[in-house]
Amino acid sequence: MTTVSHRSTPKTRRQGFARLLHAEWTKFRTVRGWVIGMASAALVTVLLGVFSASGSQSSCGAPGEACPAVPVGPGGEAVDDKFYFVHRSLEGNGAITVRVTSMTGQIRKPDATSGVRNVVPGLEPWAKAGVIIKAGTRLGSTYAALMVTGRHGVRMQHDFTHDTAGRPGGVSRTSPRWLRLIRSGDTLTGYESADGGQWAKVGTAHLAGLPATVQVGLFAASPGDLTVQQADLGGSIAAIRFAQATAVFDRVSLQGKAAGGAWSRDDMGATREPDGEIHHPGGVVQSGGTFTVTGVGDIAPRAEGQTIEKTLSGVVAGLLVVIVVAVVFITAEYRRGLMRTTLLAGPRRGRTLTAKAIVIAAVTFIAGLAATGVMVPLGTHILRSNGNYILPVSSLTELRVAAGMAALFAVFAVFAFALGAVFRRSAAAITVALVVIILPRIIATTSVLPTGASQWLLRLTPAAGFAIQQSIPAYPQVLGDHTPQAGYYPLAPWAGLAVSCGYAALALGLAVFLLRRRDA
Amino acid sequence: MNGEATIEVNGLRKRFGPTAALNGMSFTVRPGRVTGFVGPNGAGKSTTMRVILGLDAADEGTALVGGRPYRCLRDPLRHVGALLDAAALQPSRTARNHLLWLAHSQGLEARRVDEVIEQVGLRSAARRRAGGFSLGMRQRLGIAAALLGDPPVLMLDEPVNGLDPEGIMWIRGFLRSLAAQGRAVLVSSHLMSELQGTADHLIVVGRGRVIADTGVADLIAAASRGRVTVRTLAPERAMAALVPTGAAVTVTGGDTLTVSGVPAERIVEFLAANAVPFSEVAAHRATLEEAYMELTRDAVEFRAAGRETAR
Repeated sequence: MTTVSHRSTPKTRRQGFARLLHAEWTKFRTVRGWVIGMASAALVTVLLGVFSASGSQSSCGAPGEACPAVPVGPGGEAVDDKFYFVHRSLEGNGAITVRVTSMTGQIRKPDATSGVRNVVPGLEPWAKAGVIIKAGTRLGSTYAALMVTGRHGVRMQHDFTHDTAGRPGGVSRTSPRWLRLIRSGDTLTGYESADGGQWAKVGTAHLAGLPATVQVGLFAASPGDLTVQQADLGGSIAAIRFAQATAVFDRVSLQGKAAGGAWSRDDMGATREPDGEIHHPGGVVQSGGTFTVTGVGDIAPRAEGQTIEKTLSGVVAGLLVVIVVAVVFITAEYRRGLMRTTLLAGPRRGRTLTAKAIVIAAVTFIAGLAATGVMVPLGTHILRSNGNYILPVSSLTELRVAAGMAALFAVFAVFAFALGAVFRRSAAAITVALVVIILPRIIATTSVLPTGASQWLLRLTPAAGFAIQQSIPAYPQVLGDHTPQAGYYPLAPWAGLAVSCGYAALALGLAVFLLRRRDA
Repeated sequence: MNGEATIEVNGLRKRFGPTAALNGMSFTVRPGRVTGFVGPNGAGKSTTMRVILGLDAADEGTALVGGRPYRCLRDPLRHVGALLDAAALQPSRTARNHLLWLAHSQGLEARRVDEVIEQVGLRSAARRRAGGFSLGMRQRLGIAAALLGDPPVLMLDEPVNGLDPEGIMWIRGFLRSLAAQGRAVLVSSHLMSELQGTADHLIVVGRGRVIADTGVADLIAAASRGRVTVRTLAPERAMAALVPTGAAVTVTGGDTLTVSGVPAERIVEFLAANAVPFSEVAAHRATLEEAYMELTRDAVEFRAAGRETAR
């Protein structure tokens, strides 16, 4: 027998770890119950997802009638592009300058007397009016706009998702607001002024592919009024009612090669009633140099529609199975006394436990990816064929949702596995895993708690990682029901996943610490 | 093989709460022989083995295998093969797969798995679930696992416990052949009789420490101490004849006396001279069991007394 050096080289150490991984993989695949469990976790996720998607029907007007096409912005996202547009063509570089002297509006509130419209004066916080330069009148085309808003001061926005704040405050006859938007090539720059003399820059937008000839002009729009009512059992009902905004512009001046003659008028994105009338029309009244523009709608990313993560409603059930398998992967060894054999084969306990954790993570990731990789395309197909509109996302986002959820499966598996190593008992570990992973998610998304509490649950508990599946961000410049119940998570996708990872790492660290200290 | 084929245990101490499980345990296991590790239940045999294997941590002392702590061994199953608990199996995993994951953990080929399966005679059951195995089959599987890495050191905790006579015979022969190959073989048991005919050397333990570390022959000789059994129909007359010669005589049965201090030939002389009839005069040879009982009596009594006072 040859003498073996006491110190192992990095290469042999790596070899040693690869052997542990190989051994743990052999262990996993040779217990049929675990393999079946993991496969059924994927299957349950798909079956429940298909079941749920099949039950979701949607139609516009008469059954089978096609819904109007939803405009898509330059970034590929679904958008609202509905406003009243008073415009002219502008060839090449140029600028528009206006003074806004008034902004008012109307909001329909819930009827006080049944059947009697209850319309009150007022402005939505994100009602907007100002100047805009847009590639054309095609809905969803690229644009930049400088505007005053109901309650968010001056803003410069472009291409639906981008928003830059200017000075706060509203407008009135005594404190008007001057707005200037300059086009220079692909670059649009917005300035504001209180007196038309002193100008302050608000922001710059680069619009790729802006044509030589653009439409420049005035606009007004107001998103609907959102009311969220707490319903029985803590549920909530969100309702959106009609609102409109009216702005008064004067001192309108155009620089550059603008078309002469009358201003064109377009009620952009307006829907027509069956009789051809426009539902809630906008309009403009011109007297001398003063334009009073009234608009309904919004220029913003759209949140109405199904999201791709709706197809993943089965993941909670799938995760239940994953948690059980991951816990039993280690507690079975304690129960059978096999943990000693494992530690005889790999006496360096931290490495042995880590190898085991990596194997359960990899197996779960693959099972999870099989489930989400099938479910996202299949589920969206089923939803679409049932007449549902799915908010489009980039393929990168689709990949993030599918692979991210699979990663979350793996992270939760490691967390549950580590709990199994800490408690050495299946029942205790499974219970704790369910209570800290599944329970917060269920409580937070079924609106048992007030929204604030739900959001804290999804920030602080391991369930934060579910944020990885949110495909449509909650844009601050859009008033919406941005609650966990509505599918909006309080943390950004990767931040949420990082929280879950942190918990898993912490639990695994504790498990290694205890395994090293305890007698086996 | 010899340099690696040793176990050195030095001054192990370990407490479980108020009980001292190991109380200065020290011994060396040498290659080329079967060393019996024997002592009453609770004497610290299993704890010592777990400490040697790095499963339990001792409060004090060292345990080295081939000169190194177990945790520092690379591919440890190639250095030490151990059978601690034959029931430690995942019931739904087949015997072959149980050995396969162990082999993979040591960088061994599947071919080696089939070799050890053959060696312990489990070929026909190799692809059956271990959950359905009898105790004897589990013991064989455990021994196969211990042999997997072809290690110079083997440690088996109560390997014959619960085996049928055929299984016991098989294990004995097997252990002797392993020792004959130059391996160090340490076999624990709480029954000396199980080691009779297997062990060449004995480490007798009690109360967490070594009571005797000796060859089997020496131990029996020491325990016999020149006693002679006399069978006679006239015990009173025999006593009267033998006591004046300076022998210590005790009545050990209706018609038997145990005599010590005088060789058997002289006893025959004295009895004949006094015309005492006798049917048998035999030099008493202690069994290993008797020698063991004598050695461990103190340990057991002490433990029993200690438990009573603890109550």
